[in-house]
Formats: sequence, C-alpha cells, structure tokens
Amino acid sequence: MKRKDFLYYSAMGMGSLLLPQSSLFARSIDPLEALQERIDVATKKELADIALNAAKSKGATYADVRIGRYLNQYVFTREKRVQGISNTESYGVGIRVIADGCWGFAASHLVNKDAIAKTAVLAVAVARANAKLQNEPVQLAPQEGYGEVSWKTPIEVNAFEVPVKEKVDLLLQVNDIALQNGANFVNSMIAAVNEQKYFASTEGSYIDQDVHRIYPNFTVTRIDRESGKFQTRNALSAPMGMGYEYLHARPEDRVAGIVTRYKERYDILGDVKEAAQQATEKIKAKSVEPGKYDVVLDPSHLWLTIHESVGHPTELDRVLGYEANYAGTSFLTLDKWKSGNFNFGNEKVNIVADKTQVGSLGAVGYDDEGVKCKQWDLIKEGILVNYQAIRDQVHILGGAESNGCCYSQGWDDVQFQRMPNVSLLPGKEKLSVEDMIKDVEKGIYIVGNGSFSIDQQRYNFQFGGQLFYEIKQGKIVGMLNDVAYQSNTQEFWNSCAAICDASDYRLGGSFNDGKGQPSQSSAVSHGSATTRFAGVNVINTARNI
Amino acid sequence: MAILSKEEAQAILKKVLSYSTSDECTVALRGAEAGNIRYARNAVSTAGESSVMDLFVNAVYGRRVGSASINEFDDESLKKVVQRAEELAKLAPENPEYMPVLGPQQYEESPAYVESTAAIDPLKRAEMVGNSLTVSKANQLEAAGFLNNSRGFRAMMNSKGLFAYNKSTDVSFSVTIRNREGTGSGYVSNSFNDVTKLDTGALSKIAADKAKQSAGARAIEPGKYTVILEPLAVSDMVSWISRGFDARSADEGRSYMSKKGGGTRLGEQLFDEKISILTDPTHPELPSATWDMDGVPVKKTTWVENGVVKNLEYSRYWAAQKGVEPLPFGAGGRGFGGGGGLIIPGGTASLEEMISTTERGILVTRFWYIRSVDPQTLLLTGLTRDGTFYIENGKIQFPVKNFRFNESPVIMLNNVEELGKTVRSGDILVPPMKIRDFTFTSLSDAI
Repeated sequence: MKRKDFLYYSAMGMGSLLLPQSSLFARSIDPLEALQERIDVATKKELADIALNAAKSKGATYADVRIGRYLNQYVFTREKRVQGISNTESYGVGIRVIADGCWGFAASHLVNKDAIAKTAVLAVAVARANAKLQNEPVQLAPQEGYGEVSWKTPIEVNAFEVPVKEKVDLLLQVNDIALQNGANFVNSMIAAVNEQKYFASTEGSYIDQDVHRIYPNFTVTRIDRESGKFQTRNALSAPMGMGYEYLHARPEDRVAGIVTRYKERYDILGDVKEAAQQATEKIKAKSVEPGKYDVVLDPSHLWLTIHESVGHPTELDRVLGYEANYAGTSFLTLDKWKSGNFNFGNEKVNIVADKTQVGSLGAVGYDDEGVKCKQWDLIKEGILVNYQAIRDQVHILGGAESNGCCYSQGWDDVQFQRMPNVSLLPGKEKLSVEDMIKDVEKGIYIVGNGSFSIDQQRYNFQFGGQLFYEIKQGKIVGMLNDVAYQSNTQEFWNSCAAICDASDYRLGGSFNDGKGQPSQSSAVSHGSATTRFAGVNVINTARNI
Repeated sequence: MAILSKEEAQAILKKVLSYSTSDECTVALRGAEAGNIRYARNAVSTAGESSVMDLFVNAVYGRRVGSASINEFDDESLKKVVQRAEELAKLAPENPEYMPVLGPQQYEESPAYVESTAAIDPLKRAEMVGNSLTVSKANQLEAAGFLNNSRGFRAMMNSKGLFAYNKSTDVSFSVTIRNREGTGSGYVSNSFNDVTKLDTGALSKIAADKAKQSAGARAIEPGKYTVILEPLAVSDMVSWISRGFDARSADEGRSYMSKKGGGTRLGEQLFDEKISILTDPTHPELPSATWDMDGVPVKKTTWVENGVVKNLEYSRYWAAQKGVEPLPFGAGGRGFGGGGGLIIPGGTASLEEMISTTERGILVTRFWYIRSVDPQTLLLTGLTRDGTFYIENGKIQFPVKNFRFNESPVIMLNNVEELGKTVRSGDILVPPMKIRDFTFTSLSDAI
C-alpha cells in the first residue's frame, strides 16, 4: 500500500470540526500514523506495574490502570464533493484507585514512567479528598485475576488499512447513484473506530484488547419545490463491531421484501438506489389516519425501541438515582425486581444483555474493569429478572459477580456502568415476515429508525421511522407518511403478538449513546427479529406552518 | 499554560506563520481550563479538572487545503505541524467551495471573560455544591447535580494579516431535587459568564420547592391548552428554530424557512408580531466572541423583527454564490453556535403576574427529550418534567402528571398571548411565555 494512497483526500481541512469530539485530547493524525504501533505489550505491562505499585505504596486498596490509544476516522461527502476527512488519535493513561474506601481517578496524556507514577499518586490524593464526602465505602464484587490475556474483534479487513481514497470513491459512487435515481441532495459518510486498550489491575489481570467498529451511513433528500415539501431516507445500515468487510456486500446477506434489508454484510450501493426511489415515493405517500394499528417492526427500527424502553431502564445506576440530573431515573425500581413477578412484557418477551455476540458493538473480551464478558437474562418470559450492574453495584442486588458492562469512552474519562447489547430473542416457532403480515387486518409495517423520544423514567415513548407501509387484510397496500406511534413501555411489551424466528434476527445499534456528566459516548447493538405489536396508538404528525 | 494573553497568543501564532511556505495559511490556538463536581443521592459522585491547549494549522495551495494539529509547543513541534499540513495540502483534491482567507478585520470588544469566574478553585466549587446539598438535606430531599466551570481563550492569525483573539469564562450549574418517596421532582439550571450571578443555594431552593409542590400529581386529559412556559421551557423549544436561518438550506428547499414554489421566507411574517429575535455578542448579560471560525466579525443582528424574518445566515461561500455579504449567526459558526446566543426581548410581567391573569392553563417548568419529528414544519416531540401545574382562575391549583407534546416552535411563536420579563436561561436570553393551543398528545407516569 502506497503512502500516497493513504494521503490522497486525507486533508480536506474542516473535517474535524464536523465531528463529535470523543476526547479533549484527540489530535489529528496522518492516516499512516494510525497503523504504527505506539508501544509493545511488554512495555505496557512495565508501565502498568509502575502505576499499580505507586498507587499501592500510597495506600490504595485497589487500583486499575488503562493505557489507551483511541483511533477515529471519519469521511464525509455531499453530492460530488468531499466535505471532510478526519483522522484522530487520543493516547494516554487513566488510573483509578480506591483509597479510604472511596474512588479516585486521574489521567495523563504523557505515557512515561515518571508521569504514570505521578498520576497514580494524584488519583490516590483525589480519592482521599473525596472520601470526606462519601456516605459509605465502595464495595467491590470479587474478581479473579486473569494474568496476561488478549482479545481482538474478529475482523477480516482493518478499516484503517483501507486507503482513504477507496472510501471517498465509494461514497462519491453512492452519491452519484442517489442523484441518478431522483435525489436532489445526498450526504454520505463512513466512520471507523479502533480502541487499543491495555488494562491492568491489582487483582492480577493484564488485558490487551484491540476493538474495531464501523458505521457507514447516508441521507438522501428529495425536494418538491411546487408543494414546498421535502423528504429524506437514511441508510438501512447498522453500525457494527466489524472491520471494513461489512461493506463487502454478499447476496446471502440481502433480505428481500418490499424494502431490501441487510444482515452481516451491507450493500450500500444497492441500498442508496432504493433510498432515492423511496424518498420520491414518500413525497406522494398518503398521510396516515390516526388510530389503533398493529405495528410490524423490522429489526432496523425495533432496535431503537429496545434501546430506549428496555436498555436504559434496566441500568442499575439509573434505578439508584445516580443519573437523576441528566439521563434520568427508571420505572423499574428495585421492589419490582424483588417481587419476582413484575410483568415487564408478556410471556413471548425474552430479553438478554450481552457483551459477546460476534459483530455486535458491545462485544469485547473483558470490560473496562477487567471482568470477562458474558450474556445474562434481563427479561425472562416477560418477567424482570435482572439489571445491568458492575463491580461496585452488584452487591446491591445480592450478587457476588459483576455483569461485566463497565466502559469508558477514553483513557481520560473514568469508567462506569454502560449498556451492554440488549436484544430481544427471536420466536421459537417458525414464522416469516410474510406470514406475520398475512395475519394483520389493519396495520403498519415500519422499517428503519426515525424520530425518538421517551420520558426520564422510561414509561411513555414516541417513535417515528424511515418507511411506513399500510397493511390491510394481510396485504401491504401502499406507503404511508406522517406516522409516529406512542405507547407506554409495559403496555407495549405486553402487546407483543408475535416474533419472527431466528432466520430473521438482525442487529441494529447506536454508534454514540450518551450518558453521564461530563457526557460520555458508547456504542451498543440491539438484535431482534421482526415483531408485531397489537393495537398500538398511531398519531399523524403532519402540520401546516 | 492553557490560558494565554493576547500578546502571548500573537507571539506563538506569528512564529508558526513564519514557518509557512504555502500560498495561504491560517493558524489557530485554543486553550481551556475546566473543573467539575458531579453529585447524586446527596453525596459527591465524581470530580475532575482538565487543562488543554491545541494549535491548528490550515495550509493552502490554490484550492487544496491541508490541516494538522498539535499540543506540543517547542519550536521543533511547531515546524513539524506546519510541514505536515503543507504535505497534506499538496496531496489533497481541490475544494470547489474554498474561499481565500480574509484580510485584517475590526472586531468589537466583548465582556465575556470575568475574573471572579476565572478564579474559581476546587474549594469554591465544593462550597457552591455544599450550598446546594444543604438545601436538599435540610428539606429531607435528595439532590443530584452538576457544577462545571471553565476559562478559555481562542486566537487565530492568517497569512493576509488577520488576527483575532478572545477569552471567556463560564460557570454552569444544574440540580434535580426529588423527594425520598420519588413522587415529586424539581429542577433548575443556568449558566453565567460571571459567577457572582450564580447562587446555587437559591436555585436549589427553587428546585426543592418544586419537588415538594409537584408531589401527588393528578392526571388530566391531554389536548390543546394555554401554557405558561418558564424561561427554561422556552429555551428548550426556541433553541431549535435557529437551524432554519441557514440561507443555503432554505435556498435548497430543505428547511422550514423554504418557500412553497421555491425561494425563502425572508421578508415574510412568520411569527406573531410580539416576537423579535436577535443575537448580540456584546450584550452584557450574554457576551460571547465577536468573530467566527472564518474570522468574519460577529455583530448585533436582528433576525426577526415584530414577527417578520429580516435576515438569513450566509456562510462566506454561500454569500459569494448569492452576491451578498457573509452574515454569521454567532461565534460558533453555523446556527447560534449550538443554540446559544439567541435573544428574545420580552415585556415587564413577572411569572406570578402571568399566572394571575390566566383563566385556565398549564405551567411548565421545563421540557425533556425533545426530538425533531418533521423538519419541514419543525414539529418537535418531548415531555414536560420536574414541575407541571394546573392553573385555574389565576392561581396554581394542583400539580399534574407530565405530558408528551407534539408542537412546532414556529406554530408556538404564532400563538403568543403574553411575554414576561427576559432573563438569561443557559446560553440564551428569553422571557417566560404564555402560549395558547399548545398541543399535548399523551400522559406520562414519569416523575
């Protein structure tokens, strides 16, 4: 691979200004620099031991250290033009300790012996200062040390090794197809993330991980000057815990239907052609009659409903009130869990938390406090059975083992409880989307995620979508517009009428889920098969101004 | 190191420019020092401090642009970053929308930097959070809050002699106070350049009162109501309208400012005549930078006057395409710089007076989880939160359960009955508003 290939298009100037900056310390780099190793594992272990020993010598009863290198690449285009290309690296060390029964954290962008020792001492000082304001000491669930271990996202093609020019050429081709098929405007992008993180703790773990994520996306816009209306259609891609192979389309990953959807590989060129045609169709589509409908929700849509109505309320820190001033609290209070019979949904509803599923955004070998990852039940046959909890929380549930869902967006932010993949298990009986639709008398089939809003305790929600199709007497009869459905979480999951089988199971997800103050971003997938919910309230969102 | 004076910044930028060999070069510095305390369940949960400074270089050959950044400031590093930007520029494709850099400009002074805020230390932060916790504990309530203060500067210089510098301070505070039973909740938040204007104890008292008063909320039917929106609720809604003022999107037919049949709504009566909207970086209550990222001076601008759209925002490129002068919305570049900076002049009525003249209505403390439903009409959805009350015969009668709304701020600003006294709310200056026919579409059990 030639340097020129990498550098071609790599400097469009304003790229970094368009980006959500994950770290204050992120800096722009040459894409080639991303491929050079900073330091080897042996050096990381040596530096980590300096941190752990310095913390212990100052009286820390526990310490962990994360030496992290976080690489981001974003390529943005619009119509025939590259809008921005950004390559950033954020590199440094974060040290977390318990001293006097209290957490302390400090971070440094200087990764050398002297700075690391000083940072460890500072973390202990912060812990001691905060201990005075602490109501009760931190209780950590026991955790075995794993020794020296490693984990890597099972990618086929490292997105950072793919020349920027290849990505630009692909996106400009996407834009051309959109314009040829009736779009007036098109924006497209590819984002790639690589987290190279080394974790060590006083429990005896030295964990080296190489985590990859990718997210291609576009928006096509169709304008109707005469009516003053415009419509958009976004990509039906999902952000994935994969390499660039996600963009290598395969026929077996196409899901045929009135809208083509995608499994483990994404055909961005095929999708954008359909998108441009559908945006045109949306301009003329019938405005929905408000009322009760059965909604048939494709996984490209349902992931967001799962994320908001199941993922967030089962976060234990929300339940306890730690997020009250920002993300909110939760209606799934501890008494509901303790009762052992709280009907979150009906018996068809089985929802798992997971940090292991191949291709998912949440999959890692170990979480950011050195706990080996696993899968566990949240909702079993409709009953709330567990939460998402980390080492310092699980004792509240009477547990002795962390769920392994601790995460920090960077080395300079402290790790805390973050949402694992939260997924709806497919139906056990054979059921295709076509057969599901045949059973619907009056319904709406919704594909792709759109507008979303939910209250701070996760009861009342409203969701839009990308594409809406009216179902009458078991048949799709045409496209609808101005659709949003409103429901209450418990009522909604109790109205679950049918779930397609595992052959329809697909992932969707969020590349940037926010939580905490200062806010931190994380990436999370949600799997499901197409699911039907009975008698859901649909509103019409058209207005005149 | 993180806060440089005008002279110090100028010296570094001059030196960096002296290493440049490209046709055009822009160099920019930014630095900030910040600290925060987060608390929940009446105890501190996390605290942190940070200090950062970066240098950005944009090198240009013809229409080819290369950029690079660095956070080390020795001569070797400075030479290296210029060299890297130049190498990248030589390899870049031409940017058809590139605009040559501006020559020297005149900028107004803005009182955005306040010494008392710059002097905040960890002890002062702890004291301010302590004042909030005292209120929640004394009332047997639970507080979760966040206090963040910062001081920063930015400076830019280019090869045509333009130099710009500004520094600013900010302190932001928010707290949610709930009763122990979880049946009542109150919230306040505000930001100031000047910390002496921030009384965390007094604000916490308001949140505590709301937590008590909102307990035992009753369900009333959703539908269209006259609402009195407190300044926080107003800012939650009106900060969305800034997006539509971008002339390019309006010309392209993809914003609510686009006109049926083509063109824009410039000159149209789009809002009630009581509504005027302006931005002013030198306003003493809301000072901000007087230049944008392109070096274009930011001046006091009237966007809407008595409901009529008077100006649209033009980037340098779009202004050149349309043969008009560039007009930035605010120092942050597009939009109001993240929604801040917007000023809506109000009347003289206090919130209490507005309630006393209301026959039947809903008082809204704030909104939550607002998302766009339809960008064409700017229809938004979201929910009320932390204190929603039923008003009848000029008095607050009882707390009501939270509502979901589906409403457009464009429609809302056409249904204005009365404006109260304008105050700062976060990064904007707005009055409380009495609005008729505000659309609530469902109820929420959330507290």
